[in-house]
Amino acid sequence: MDLASAKVIGAGLAAIGVGAAAIGVGNVFGSFLESAIRNPAAADSQQGRLFIGFAAAELLGLIAFAVAMIILYAV
Amino acid sequence: MAAESKIDPMHQFQISPLAGHLDGTPFVFTNSALWMLVVLALIWLFMLGGMKRQLVPGRWQVMVEGVTGFVSSMLATNVGPEGRKYVPWVFTIFMFILFANLLGMMPLALLGAQPFTVTSQFTVTGVMAIISFGIVLVTGFWRHKLHFFSLFVPHGTPFILKLLIVPIEFVSFMVRPFSLALRLFVAMIAGHILVEVFGSFVVSGINAGGVMGPAISLLSFVFIVGVMALEVLVCAIQAYVFALLTSLYINDAVNLH
Repeated sequence: MDLASAKVIGAGLAAIGVGAAAIGVGNVFGSFLESAIRNPAAADSQQGRLFIGFAAAELLGLIAFAVAMIILYAV
Repeated sequence: MAAESKIDPMHQFQISPLAGHLDGTPFVFTNSALWMLVVLALIWLFMLGGMKRQLVPGRWQVMVEGVTGFVSSMLATNVGPEGRKYVPWVFTIFMFILFANLLGMMPLALLGAQPFTVTSQFTVTGVMAIISFGIVLVTGFWRHKLHFFSLFVPHGTPFILKLLIVPIEFVSFMVRPFSLALRLFVAMIAGHILVEVFGSFVVSGINAGGVMGPAISLLSFVFIVGVMALEVLVCAIQAYVFALLTSLYINDAVNLH
């Protein structure tokens, strides 16, 4: 296998990480919604924590994207 | 990669000089600098329209007071009464990121301008993250002297666990500026590349002709409209997350934990 095709395959494999982060972000908001509907009075006070969880889950997906970009353009 | 596709999604992030070199110095007025000035002017106009201090606020003043109140209440809930001191910095980065992100989303190319997203450069977001991190370090060492290192040692940890937890906490502390900067810049880049790639599908679909070509163009266009709506949300969320995480880190420095 030559380098060019290996690069494209590697970038495609790195994109799997973005899908995994999608599961994580969906989990964060899904769990929040589930508990917010059970106890709407407490939902607003937890909004900050919701976005911290979102940021942490999203960061890993963005790192996967950055890895794909590095493989495609920088290596 | 598609050989016949002439649209290069990375071209929009290129920094190009607008004015020549100043007497051989490496300092150049680039398009990035120009758009930073535009962002500054927009923030200035926004704030100027609202800082009238009327007893019964008009619409514009309510808008500005909403933003300032939002940031100061974020610091009040996360840091406590000590947080008021840090409102200027958190407000500055929140407004700058929000305006720069939203300005990057504007379809200014229709007017002939060459749009540029300031926050899609790692240097820009990196400097903001380093300043945030520097504020945390200076505050922490100023208030707690060498006690600041107890940030790495959670209360009541058994000695054996400390050997494991202290290095982990140290690494997670040192990685903060990178994660702050990386999140914002990659989120901006990813959104713009996505829109650009599907925009190129619209163009090449129409060029291809037949039945399938325009159909794919239409589908891509509908997709772009959805992605744009999502991107506006992401712009606001990224500005909010940057400000929120900065205030959380400041809380660590002010109150230890």
